[in-house]
Amino acid sequence: MIMSQAAVSESVAPVAMGWGDVLSQQLITGVSNGMIIALIAIGYTMVYGIIELINFAHGDLCTLGSFLALTLVGALGMEAWAGLGGTAAVITLLISAAVFCGALNWTIDRVAYRPLRGKPKLALLVSAIGCSFILVNIALFWGGLPMEVFGGGNQAAAPKDFPSLISNENLLGAKSAITVTWRDLFVVIVTVPLMIGLTWLVKSTRLGKAMRAVAQNPTAAALMGIDVNRVIGSTFLIGGALGGFASVIYALYNNTISFQMGYRTGMDAFTAAVLGGIGSLPGAVVGGIVIGLVRALSDGYFEARWTNSVVFGILILTLVFRPSGILGAKLREKV
Amino acid sequence: MSAAPKWKKLLRVDVALLILACLLPVVDQRWHFDMVDPMRGVMVFAILALGLNIVTGFTGLLHLGMAAFMAIGAYAFAISSCDIYPFQLNFWWAILFTAIVGAFAGVLLGAPTLGLRGDYLAIVTLGFGEITQDVLKNLDVITKGTQGINPLPSPHVPWWTATGFGMLEFTSEQELPWYWLFLAFVVVAVVVCRNLERSRTGRSWLAVREDELAARCMGIAPVPVKMIAFATGAALAAVSGGLWVSMYSSTGEPGNYDFQVSILALCIVIVGGMGSINGVLIGSIAMLGIANIALPKIASVMQSAGWVNSGSVFGSPNNWKYLVFGLVLVVMMRVRPDGLLPAKLSIVNAKKKNAVEPAP
Repeated sequence: MIMSQAAVSESVAPVAMGWGDVLSQQLITGVSNGMIIALIAIGYTMVYGIIELINFAHGDLCTLGSFLALTLVGALGMEAWAGLGGTAAVITLLISAAVFCGALNWTIDRVAYRPLRGKPKLALLVSAIGCSFILVNIALFWGGLPMEVFGGGNQAAAPKDFPSLISNENLLGAKSAITVTWRDLFVVIVTVPLMIGLTWLVKSTRLGKAMRAVAQNPTAAALMGIDVNRVIGSTFLIGGALGGFASVIYALYNNTISFQMGYRTGMDAFTAAVLGGIGSLPGAVVGGIVIGLVRALSDGYFEARWTNSVVFGILILTLVFRPSGILGAKLREKV
Repeated sequence: MSAAPKWKKLLRVDVALLILACLLPVVDQRWHFDMVDPMRGVMVFAILALGLNIVTGFTGLLHLGMAAFMAIGAYAFAISSCDIYPFQLNFWWAILFTAIVGAFAGVLLGAPTLGLRGDYLAIVTLGFGEITQDVLKNLDVITKGTQGINPLPSPHVPWWTATGFGMLEFTSEQELPWYWLFLAFVVVAVVVCRNLERSRTGRSWLAVREDELAARCMGIAPVPVKMIAFATGAALAAVSGGLWVSMYSSTGEPGNYDFQVSILALCIVIVGGMGSINGVLIGSIAMLGIANIALPKIASVMQSAGWVNSGSVFGSPNNWKYLVFGLVLVVMMRVRPDGLLPAKLSIVNAKKKNAVEPAP
């Protein structure tokens, strides 16, 4: 973003950026990033709401989603798809990453979490941390694929450039001091319908009702004839699919992916989920946008090297002083 | 108690390990296994994991930021002893200071957070670990940023030197003096942990772990009890950090004390058996044996066989660590959540034993 800003002002006319423009720019960047964080945060909050597990592996699942997207871009030569083909490419990437991440998340639940139901919660958390590490390592090896998009596979650990399939053109005209690109618009166009759809799913469908029932009391839900394991599995599936969407949006928006990005983004998203009130879907969205704004403002007005500490500081302060978050209901540990 | 066969009573894991540890340098000198060097790392991590074992094993609090206390120890040792700072303590005073700073840091983290529920506490410790790393990296006026602080002093010990009985000064090149020094520290740490486990405090830890509500009913205040566990664990971790940087004579960069280190410590405790001191010793040999000895050996064998070339991502043993740690955690949780050497003094087990065979 900053780079494109500099390029624009050099080539056209020296546009002086007033403090208001700078602030607006930070807010735009913040909201766009915040939407992506929110989409990942929903995956955390859904899983926490239903089995009280901090699904550590969720961020790294998203890493794998964007690696899959980059592989597809390389294998199908998507950089050359012009015009309507470009839109088709983006849609293909979104759907395949969503299917892949959803299926993978379901499998992880089946293999690593389901056998531990009814065991101490910490065992589940440890297993999730283990899954996270396995996924990170898979992403590291994936980056070593001998493909051109992965830099020939010689530098497996290095960050990978993601081709810019979406134009970086300023929608407000090249002379405007504030930049709103197609990418910012793209983030909103994809995330908002997904969030609305998810709300509808949880509020109005049979599956959503079952999810809420299991979240409230798994035993009672089972007695009412709900297949608890299937409902939990679908929760992982949906959360993972949203993470898959987010991973592609992230890659297209930031143009760079690395095998470690899931840890960082995942922690941002988890912080967002906690800040909004873990277990609450609107909370995850609000928290995501707040974290996106905080990151942008901290980068812009404080120092970028402290931004991660600021986010973790917010996480700790929220947990200590208001564990129920902004929108969450008062939580009580089940005895 | 009489159920255990006689040979099992004679087999004491800790004593066996101590004898093996004493024999190792002799065997190593004769047959050149090159095991003394990696064993030093094993012992430093054993001390770190013993600290984590107090918090996670005895008290049942999942702690994901042990590396932070190791880093705090490392920098406390460096700042109190390096000659670019005004304090310039010698090794022994610096280690003592390190332990105190570590315990203090543990209290500082624990005071506001120990009332939190288990998984939230785990996340807070993780966040603390990340913030500590950032602070060390960014406060480069004090910590020298990514350069690290060096040189650091080595211990002086009265010993037989080439010129007769005198003060032996350790250097980074020598392996054996460090080996014996670390072994001595491990022995002290094990004795301290064992005595703590049997003390009033230790029994309160176990009581809080097994059932916090019941412990409260017995008149145990959980938060102070957890606080002591946090402080003790942090002090041990800090000492491990101090020893580690003293051996290398440099703190290295703050990125060395990252989440991976915290998870390695957790793997050690889980593999060995949560709350089992002997388990931690076995676990540290197993985990570091895999990470630092077995993986490089396998990689070099595979490379010489021509299966992988050294430039590929599969050729470097470091690239397999995440996978190994992850698999260890997932598989252990499914197959053997109590670890290789489960803790004996588990209140749950004691109850079960009484139920199966009543006292004669």
